[in-house]
Amino acid sequence: MGYENLTKMTKVLTDARSIRLKGRSFLAVVLSPDLPLDEWLARLDSLASRSAGFFLGRPVVLDLTDLKIDRPTLKDLIAELGKRNVSVMGIEGGRPSLFEPGMPPAMKGGRPASDFEVASDEPATDEAPATGGASTAAIATATPATQSIVIREPVRSGQSIIFPEGDVTVVGSVASGAEIIAGGSVHIYGALRGRALAGSVGNSNARIFCRKLEAELLAIDGIYKTADDMPANLRGQSVQLWLEGDAIMAEKLT
Amino acid sequence: MAKVIVVTSGKGGVGKTTSTAALGAALAQRNEKTVVVDFDVGLRNLDLVMGAERRVVYDFVNVVQGDAKLPQALIRDKRLETLFLLPASQTRDKDSLTPEGVERVINELKRHFDWIICDSPAGIERGATLAMRHADMAVVVTNPEVSSVRDSDRIIGLLDSKTAKAERGERMEKHLLLTRYDAKRAERGDMLKVDDVLEILSIPLLGIIPESMDVLRASNIGAPVTLADSNSAPASAYFEAARRLAGEVVPVAIPSEKRGLFGKIFGRRAA
Repeated sequence: MGYENLTKMTKVLTDARSIRLKGRSFLAVVLSPDLPLDEWLARLDSLASRSAGFFLGRPVVLDLTDLKIDRPTLKDLIAELGKRNVSVMGIEGGRPSLFEPGMPPAMKGGRPASDFEVASDEPATDEAPATGGASTAAIATATPATQSIVIREPVRSGQSIIFPEGDVTVVGSVASGAEIIAGGSVHIYGALRGRALAGSVGNSNARIFCRKLEAELLAIDGIYKTADDMPANLRGQSVQLWLEGDAIMAEKLT
Repeated sequence: MAKVIVVTSGKGGVGKTTSTAALGAALAQRNEKTVVVDFDVGLRNLDLVMGAERRVVYDFVNVVQGDAKLPQALIRDKRLETLFLLPASQTRDKDSLTPEGVERVINELKRHFDWIICDSPAGIERGATLAMRHADMAVVVTNPEVSSVRDSDRIIGLLDSKTAKAERGERMEKHLLLTRYDAKRAERGDMLKVDDVLEILSIPLLGIIPESMDVLRASNIGAPVTLADSNSAPASAYFEAARRLAGEVVPVAIPSEKRGLFGKIFGRRAA
């Protein structure tokens, strides 16, 4: 037994290969529940029934900022979401006292929260979410310049262009079954027949512009409209869309 | 210089096999040595449309796996000595084709033929991606209806990303072949118009093949429509498409209803 362990150790020591650690960013959907939770869950169910499979296979982060709930309620909430096939990959803006082993990890600004938060001397009060907000603001100011990418070819069915860093411009059409997901605005110099999601990382100032609106789905900062919800007089028109409060506004471009 | 063409569509039943056979026979009639290759392993049909189903001994999979030599598997057409068929296997599946094996066979065919026309299976899986892998040019077969157009759009996306040519950073030449076009239904607005399809897919038009009983009749007797009835409307549309493939500039005419006076009178009464 001891001999075996020893050989294993020498093997490890002589192996020159290092373990590769890589950073990778994923685009996650952020859910921000509000109280009372059963009403919020009912609204979630109605959204899910209108857009079946919306959460299927998508990473979901639960944002608990300013939500006054305790640990058992949070446990129930995670269980309720699990029943709806929404698997939570992390929890943002939650007080350290809310967490217990077995729960999704705490996250901050889309990055995993550090261990030091738990060890700090401060009592777990409402201050914790406030510091969380400050650190996200710091990250936002660190990258002030809006980036953009330009796609010079038609975006074909089944293709998806995901650019959380900024604006996406397509010189050409976006086919039915294709999707554009931009952290900033979406500009389409052609027909938009697929999906366009602007402000996907939480930017309510993002807009969608297209030369010919025939979209299957439009979303700005998480507020979405399907083709059925769009007024018929906008179809085929040159249109810009923006957000006012929780409503998507549209205007024909001349 | 040999040209490898893939005939593809994404959707099934739109006329890939019919078009492969018809274009192959049309090119062979220009005295250019042509081979049609069936990539639809497990669901082969090209042998039937070519009328060669009773002469298959060795097939594509045998050649890919090294069990037979290429000349043993090639079947020469009885009507045209410049036309050959490389049949698929019916008893195997698409996993029997390996990327290396396919590349080897295509390279060998390139040494002997002017035109290599690959009949792709439907779908976007292994069979379809292997069929397009080594193509120089693609013929995208589309019916004038929305599901076919969307599937073709998907295939165009794959042609631009998954082919050897795309991976080398070159541009794959793509041509639209609009099949089963029914002038009467297009006039009534029951079908997508040619302009709509072209606008959505934004690739050049190779030809419009009218919906016709001649196509069905030809495949039932086991002959490409360009051999069975070379004066029929679909045959002349395929002949024109083949000339465009060969680089000739031939304007595309949109088929309209051709009915004489009697046809009009009786046509109305019948309707």
